[in-house]
Amino acid sequence: MTPGTARWALPASLALLAVLALLPLAIPAFWTANILGRAIVYGIVAMSLTFLATYGGFVSLAQMMIAGTAGYAVAILVPGAVPSILGGVPYALAIPTGLLAATAMGLLVGLISVRTQGIYLLMITLSLGVGVHLFVQANIAWFNGYEGIRNVVGPEILGLPFRDTFVFYYTALATAALLYALVLYLVRTPFGLALQALRDNPRRVSALGYDAPLHRIAAFGVAGFIAGAGGILVTFYNIGISPGTIGLGATVNILVMSVIGGLGHPVGAFIGAVIFTLFDTFAADLYDRDRFNTLVGVVFLAIVLASPDGVLGMARRLRDALAPRPQGRADGIATSRAASAGPPASGNGA
Amino acid sequence: MLEITGLDVHYGQAHVLQGVSLSLGAEPVAVIGRNGMGKTTLCQAVMGMLPASGGSVRLGGEEMLGRPANRVARAGIALVPQGRRVFPSLTVDEHLRLVSRGRGARWTIERVYETFPRLAERRRNGGTQLSGGEQQMLAIGRALLTNPRLVIMDEPSEGLAPVIVDHLVEVLRALPGEGIGLLLVEQNLGVATDVCGTVAVMVNGRIAATMPSRALLADEAAQRRFLGVSTGAQH
Repeated sequence: MTPGTARWALPASLALLAVLALLPLAIPAFWTANILGRAIVYGIVAMSLTFLATYGGFVSLAQMMIAGTAGYAVAILVPGAVPSILGGVPYALAIPTGLLAATAMGLLVGLISVRTQGIYLLMITLSLGVGVHLFVQANIAWFNGYEGIRNVVGPEILGLPFRDTFVFYYTALATAALLYALVLYLVRTPFGLALQALRDNPRRVSALGYDAPLHRIAAFGVAGFIAGAGGILVTFYNIGISPGTIGLGATVNILVMSVIGGLGHPVGAFIGAVIFTLFDTFAADLYDRDRFNTLVGVVFLAIVLASPDGVLGMARRLRDALAPRPQGRADGIATSRAASAGPPASGNGA
Repeated sequence: MLEITGLDVHYGQAHVLQGVSLSLGAEPVAVIGRNGMGKTTLCQAVMGMLPASGGSVRLGGEEMLGRPANRVARAGIALVPQGRRVFPSLTVDEHLRLVSRGRGARWTIERVYETFPRLAERRRNGGTQLSGGEQQMLAIGRALLTNPRLVIMDEPSEGLAPVIVDHLVEVLRALPGEGIGLLLVEQNLGVATDVCGTVAVMVNGRIAATMPSRALLADEAAQRRFLGVSTGAQH
């Protein structure tokens, strides 16, 4: 960050948080829950992908499946779920178990894919995601197959049901804010710095004394934890979970959110999630009911064509055009981060 | 400190290092030779970045061969690679924080900034926005922050302005006083002989000769034979 950007980053984040906290008082409940709330919970899952892609250069298509791992774990454990698989485990215990399951699944995906880069990493994470999707769809005993598990209503908070629009919204917002802060904190620690160095040149990171593969697996674990938190909230939002939640379509949706928002900063995931949710909700009203997906596709294509690094990239270019300044560090770095967020240039030498 | 015996490295069919033996104590040793003689391969093989097909590399009696690079680094060897290889994503300060071993260590971030004041001025600049000399200082600072017992430098003077090279020589000369071993790989005979009392000449993957620097400087025929230069006056 240039000193200028760094100085504004924290106040800007807090201002955005304040706006998001006050907005539900002014807008209809439908908007609070089904637009903003939904965007936030899926945005958390998208942020887990943005975290891996922006800082490590790993584009993982398994993040929605990992989120679903947490969702399924909670659904299997809690009372009141239909059908009741294990049941009877209070939310206070089921939620940490779900987070643990997602973290473990993240570590496992990281372990399996540790030697792959670029297109091969995409393929292996995609096949893991689709594989788990097909498995839960076929397994009745633990996951109730195609039907999934319904009536996962979420815990009561301060005596209020989770279904309450405001309880759901503010829990989601607080969770997102905490995880967002966690990501921004992590990338400044040696762990996060090593992750960024790993994207540049893994051999060089090893030569500095870091166990590069282990580090990479740990990053997938962190992303798994983040995705898991999103997945549990997604499950409460949908009042249950079914194989469709973690299917190919859902996986692609998460990728679309990350990309149109812009890889380069975790806030991009939430920007992308809001845009995605708006179009996903209203495109059917704007355009022929049977073909609204065409409109959705065209809009996303337009965004990515106009700005390969998403909305964040547009904002950056706009700022540079309005206030030209000598190429500061942030611009160089941010652009290089975004540019190489895809499959990283492999084998960049000794 | 460092004992290399019979080190063999193959790239496929090519026998790149052929039984290289080299021993290094408290005094720095230079390895010189023309391009393509195996100098960089030697650095990378010692560091564990390339698999060796035979031989032994011991640091303080401990076998290093077969260990991955990160465990060689933890054992106390630091490599300043050819071409600096700083990370484009990280600023100067982030590079140093990445490897800093904390305040108790001999080399701290503050000390690196004292040694290279230029880096302190550029602390917020990205790795690729630095000049060649600044990148070299950063690569050296990064290596020293791991608090190594031995530093291997692969052509540190390559592409640097003479005044920067002088500063570099000064920094390298101070290392033995710290108890840090130095294996200096150079094409610049002036730098090699300024810093090291002993030079090993590498020809076609073998150590062709090991001699005192003064002897090599006095022997123009040997210089021509080993390096293809008429004098050591590059520096």
